[in-house]
Formats: sequence, structure tokens, C-alpha cells
Amino acid sequence: MDFSYSEDRRMLADTLGRYLQQRYPIETRHRISGSEAGWSPEQWAALAELGVVGALFAEDAGGFGGDGFDIAALFEQLGKALVVEPFLGALMAGRALASAGGQEELIGEIISGSTILAFAHEEPQSHYDLTEVATRAERSGDGWTLTGAKSVVPQAEAADQILVSARIGGASGEQGIGLFLVDAKSSGLSIRGYPLIDGGRGGEVTLRDAPATLVAEDGFALIEDAVAAGIVALCWEAVGIMDALKRDTLDYLRTRKQFGVPIGKFQALQHRMATVALEIEQARSAAINAADALGGDRKRRERAVSAAKYTIGRAGTIVAEEAIQMHGGIGMTWELPLSHHAKRLTMIGHQLGDEDHHLARFTALGLAA
Amino acid sequence: MDLRFTPEEEAFRAEVRQFLKEKLPSRISGKVRTGKRLTKQDAEEWHAILHERGWLATHWPKEYGGTGWSVAQAHIFDVETALAHAPRLVPFGLSMLGPVLIKYGSEAQKRHYLPRILDGTDWWCQGYSEPGAGSDLASLKTSAVRGTDADGDHYIVNGQKTWTTLGQYADMIFCLVRTSTEGKKQEGISFLLIDMKTPGVEVRPIILLDGEHEVNEVFFTDVRVPAENLVGEENKGWTYAKYLLTYERTNIAGVGASMAAFAHLKQIAQSQRKNGRPLAEDPLFAARLARVEIDLENMKTTNLRVLASAGEGMAAMELTAMLKIRGTEIRQEITSLARRALGPYAQPFVSEALDEGFNGEPIGPEYAAPASAHYFNNRKLSIYGGSNEVQREIITKALLEL
Ligand SMILES: Cc1cc2nc3c(=O)[nH]c(=O)nc-3n(C[C@H](O)[C@H](O)[C@H](O)COP(=O)(O)OP(=O)(O)OC[C@H]3O[C@@H](n4cnc5c(N)ncnc54)[C@H](O)[C@@H]3O)c2cc1C
Repeated sequence: MDFSYSEDRRMLADTLGRYLQQRYPIETRHRISGSEAGWSPEQWAALAELGVVGALFAEDAGGFGGDGFDIAALFEQLGKALVVEPFLGALMAGRALASAGGQEELIGEIISGSTILAFAHEEPQSHYDLTEVATRAERSGDGWTLTGAKSVVPQAEAADQILVSARIGGASGEQGIGLFLVDAKSSGLSIRGYPLIDGGRGGEVTLRDAPATLVAEDGFALIEDAVAAGIVALCWEAVGIMDALKRDTLDYLRTRKQFGVPIGKFQALQHRMATVALEIEQARSAAINAADALGGDRKRRERAVSAAKYTIGRAGTIVAEEAIQMHGGIGMTWELPLSHHAKRLTMIGHQLGDEDHHLARFTALGLAA
Repeated sequence: MDLRFTPEEEAFRAEVRQFLKEKLPSRISGKVRTGKRLTKQDAEEWHAILHERGWLATHWPKEYGGTGWSVAQAHIFDVETALAHAPRLVPFGLSMLGPVLIKYGSEAQKRHYLPRILDGTDWWCQGYSEPGAGSDLASLKTSAVRGTDADGDHYIVNGQKTWTTLGQYADMIFCLVRTSTEGKKQEGISFLLIDMKTPGVEVRPIILLDGEHEVNEVFFTDVRVPAENLVGEENKGWTYAKYLLTYERTNIAGVGASMAAFAHLKQIAQSQRKNGRPLAEDPLFAARLARVEIDLENMKTTNLRVLASAGEGMAAMELTAMLKIRGTEIRQEITSLARRALGPYAQPFVSEALDEGFNGEPIGPEYAAPASAHYFNNRKLSIYGGSNEVQREIITKALLEL
């Protein structure tokens, strides 16, 4: 058994951590996050140059990573620094494209940073259910056109290419869901972008007879795998954030004085801090389990991923709320990075399934065994 | 035991409802219902409407322009106004300073300030907390030094207050200031009324995590305050401050606000869908709804029990503390569930959508717009008004007789 990262991973994670500390401090992050675009092409280019995008792809896809723990090591750093750049889309859409095969050129562009991807699967009515796809795909000459709506797509406006799920057949269930690439500039595709409460931007993607290229006709397995990778990424982003919240809260408990003593002397707070630390370690273990299961067989992977997302959702709320509470009034302010960590951590619970969704899914997967 | 309201009380409820139907502007209740931003003018408009009806100062005795209502009436009024989506009244003058002046103020102060609170001439804010004095309020440092000059007796105030809610709108601030550094720290505090327009008073905004300007820092540099603005006796301010903190007991549990928020939450849970059914029927979400509903039902009775037993006097400190803790937990849980119910649509946040007159298309369901911002903003409930940790200290100290 070995719970340390491999040498290569550690080096890349350290390099990324140092880069973000120097080039992506909280003021820079806020400036990027609040800008009209909500992301930074310069940062993206620099981060791609560092190899951060390439490390999300397996060697046979042209990358040099792609393993659960590669994703873990990088997203942990991205979480700490509250990075709003479009990594999740690159990971999820890129992974599905790589598994589908035949997309070497595009993946090369993604890894080099010149093409940006978004993954558009969830729909206004779907409430985390991966099989709820109402967007329809129709054949049109040699190609396809898509009609439907996709909701809250992270950094949709930043994307050059959007990977979209749409029904080729059937009205419900896993069968008949295809995956398509749509050029972001194509006629028939429109994006209504907006700021997100935790920083960066998202968008509602509307498709009206939008021309599309088929990637996979039977796409559900690819979608599930991409979502699993996305969940591993979000869980590790959350772990990075929770560590930052823990560090900042411990600092505050040591330095803030009331009644003539550091507030960390109050047993009421000591016990709560202990619970926070415990929850974070359990969450880290859940995230390790999920990263470990990512490359494995479907059943084990999906159970581990749902277990992790449930755990992170539950722990995330506790850690975010306690970190604010133990800071008192100052924890409520925009000025403190802590409040932004707390918001992002909370909102991770709203991406790719919340704790209730994954608790029910974990149970269902177990019963189906 | 009989939990029913009397026929007279029910008649009173009907009268309140009728009044709200006729007089609460739908423009304002619409904003409250949809979670939009309220302006200073909205607050003043509703304040004036209640003033005209004589229903503003539910805590004050009749002789000072209060309603003189029973505990049950004040409770009914709180619930009915909340359910009708009336805005919450700004409490600083009405619920905080008013009772202090009535009990401890001079005749001149009562005659001058109480009518001005009622007719809305003075918007008050509360200057208690300082950067170094939050939970440990008695360690406050803002100093007031007494002196005399050609214009008479006065205090010169220096120091800083913080977290001053809506101080940007205020005409006046009531402050706890240090007038003595001898003896126990509680014994050198005085209660001073300061005009915000006095030279040397500077207000700077603090932006909260939801991006809103709700609180401020207030700086005092050689601010000259006439000595007649001292409330009660010098160095007795702590007594008045404590009286003020426990006074607002009828509303501390926020039962009316929770009932309104829960009704709204149930509508959201009916509209949202999961697995082809209303989210309200999802077993896990239904259990979350049920738990908070049960807690709220229990709290309604606990609240009334405390109010009834308190009668004309003050509720025991530990009971008030219990209302504060559980009341705020319930309100926080309801906003937390509203956020959860939205799924991915909890993330978009278009700040302008909360302004009156915004006519952009909503992102996702219409009720999604304010939900997450309200959830984050409501984290304050367990921090201010004496944090919930401090309230728990109060409970055990009282129970263990420490
Ligand atoms: C939105 C908002 C509006 C406010 N409006 C006003 C206003 O209008 N006027 C005004 O005067 N003040 C206002 N306040 C200030 C509020 O009353 C203080 O924030 C509160 O008293 C806590 O003080 P603090 O923030 O300094 O936290 P601290 O006192 O530093 O507390 C930090 C943490 O330590 C805990 N703690 C402290 N002492 C103990 C103890 N003995 N045992 C266990 N735990 C302890 C606290 O519970 C908290 O979790 C407002 C605050 C907020 C957030």
C-alpha cells in the first residue's frame, strides 16, 4: 500500500501549486472571475504550457496522465487557489472524446491549450439524473442537427467546441443517447451566459437545428465515465478547498482574541474544529477511493464515485458553515478569501449530483448487485 | 391547557389580514415574496403606513405611541405580516432604542426622540460591536471624554464601531462608549446618542460575501457630542445595553419569518422535479422538509410558552437564548433547503435580477434568483445578536448556576 503520489505527479502538482501562488493570487482570481469573460485566456495558455491539461489525458490519447490520481493531484491545487478556468469541461469532454476514439487532432489542440471544450449534458428538468435527456438529434444529409436545451454549463461561453448529449432514439433510459460535437460558433447554437455565485461564469445552451458531428451513437457509457471523472475532479477540488478553510480557521482560532484569550481556547470551538478536521479526513479518504476506482470496472467505480460525492457534499456543508461561524462577523465578508472558499465548496455540492442524489444512487447501485 | 386563540384574538387576526390586504402595497410585498432587494424608500414607505394605523411600536406602552398589545396579539401580528410578505421593520429605533429610552431616558429625550422614531424622521443604527469587541462586547474601546466649552457640556468621542447594519442610511447612531477605564470593564461603559452628521463621523462600507452592502465601519475622530445625549447615568451603559439585547424577545425566534419562508420552500419543492415527480415526493428531500417543519411547529409552541410565561416582565435569559438558537437554526435550514431544491440552478447569480424593474428572462425557475445569496447571507443569523455559541454559554451558565 502506498498513499503518496508518484514522483511525476508530485512534481507537477508542486509546480502548479507554486504557479498559482505566484500568478493566481486571490486578487487576480477575483479580477478574472468578475471580468466580462469570467476566465483568462492568458492563464489558460500558461497553464496548458505547464502541462496541466495534458496531465488530464492518458498516454494513448496523447497526454501523460489521465489516471484518477493525476486528476486528484491537479484539482486539489486548482481548488486551493479557487481557479475558475475551464478545466472541468476539458477533462469531461476530453475524456469522452478520447474514449470514443478518432479525435487525435482535436485532443492535440486541447492539450496545447488552443481549443477549449465544454461538456453540455444536464438539462433544465434533469436534476442530476444522467438519463434525463430530452435534446433530440436528427439526421440531416450526411450529418446531424440537434434541438434542445442544456443547463448551467460551466464556462460555456469560453468553449470553442461543445460536447453535447442528445437522443437519437427512445424517450428515456440509457439507450439511444448519442454524443455530438457542436462548434460554438455554429448557427443554431446560442449561449446565454451569466455569473455564478461562486465565481466564474456558466451558461444556458440552446440548440435549434444546430449542425453537429456524431462522436458516439451509443454514448451513455462514455457520459457516465466522463461524469465519474468530473466527480473525482470536483471531490479533489473540494479537498483542496477544505484544507484551505481548515488552515485559515486554525490560524484565526490561534490569533483572534476575545475575553483576553485566543478563541481557540474555548472548548466549544475546539470540539467543533475537531469535528471539522475529522470530516475533512473522511472526505479525503472518500476522494482517494473514488480516484482509485476511476479506472476500474463500472460497478466499483460508480459506487465509489457516488460514495465520494455524497461524502463531499455532506462534509462540504459542515466545513463551509463551521468555517464561517468560527470566524464570526469577519467570516461573512467579501474581503476574506475564506468566504469565497466556502461559497465554492457549497456550490460543488450542486454540480454533478448533490448528497441526496448520490446517497440514493449508492443505494440503488448496491441493490442492483 | 388550551392552545387555541380566543375569539377576540381571532377577530384581531382578521382585522390584521384586512389591513394588510388594503394597505400593504403589492409592489413592496411582491419584492419581499420574490426575494428582491428592498430600498431605503421601501422600508420608509411601509414604516409610514404602519405609523398611520398606529401599529408600529408593538413593544411600546400606549402612552408613548405604542400598541399596548398582549403577547398573543403581537405574535399574531408578527405571523400575519410575515405571511403577507410585509418587509421586516428596521429594528434599531423601534425595538432596540425605543424601549431603552422609555425605561432609562430623560423626559426630554423621550419627548424628542420617540416621536421621531415613530414618524420616521430619524433612522437609527446600532453602534455596539468594534473590531476587537464582538462576543466580548464589554472590552469595547471607543472613548468618550467629558468636557465643557463655550457651547456647554459635551463628550469628545474617538474610536471605531463595526458591522453597523444599514449605517449608510442612518441619521443617528446609539453607541456604547468607554467613559472610564477603572474597575470592571462593564462598569466604565456609557450609552450615547450621536448624530451621524456630526463632523468627524465617517462611514465606510463592508461588502458581505453575497456582494451586498449591508454593514459598515463607523469611525469617530474627535466627534463632539452634547452631554444631554447621554442616556441615563454615566458608566451605567452596560445595564441599558443588556436590557436592550434581551428586550426584542417577541421576535427573536423569527417564527413568522420562518413560517413564510417554509411556505415558499414547499412551493419550490412542489415545482421542482426529480425522477419525474415533484421533489417534495423524493424520500430524502421529503424527510428534510418534514424535519424542519416539525422543528418549526415545536418552535411555535415553545415561543408562545416563553412569551406567555414572561408576561409583562422579561423572559429568563436561558429561555430567550434557546429561542435565539433554535429559531435561527430553523431559518438557516429553510434557506439551505431552498438552495438544495434548485439543483444546478443554485449556481447562477445575476445580481441585477434582484433589483426592482429588472425584466431580463430568469435563469432557470424564477424563484431561483435570490436563493443561494439568501442562504449565504443568512449565515449571519447564528453570528449576530449574540452568537449561538455565546447563547449556549448563557444557557449552561444559568442551568449550572455558574
Ligand atoms: C451581518 C451582520 C450584521 C451585524 N450588525 C450589527 C449592528 O448593526 N451593530 C452592532 O453593533 N453589531 C452588529 N453585528 C456584529 C455582531 O453582533 C458580532 O459579529 C457578534 O457579536 C460576534 O462578534 P465577532 O464577529 O467579533 O466574532 P467573535 O466574537 O470574534 O467570535 C468568533 C467566534 O468565536 C466564538 N466565541 C466567542 N467567544 C466565545 C466563547 N466565550 N465561547 C465559545 N465561543 C466563543 C463566536 O461564537 C464565533 O464563532 C453584525 C454582524 C453581522 C455578521
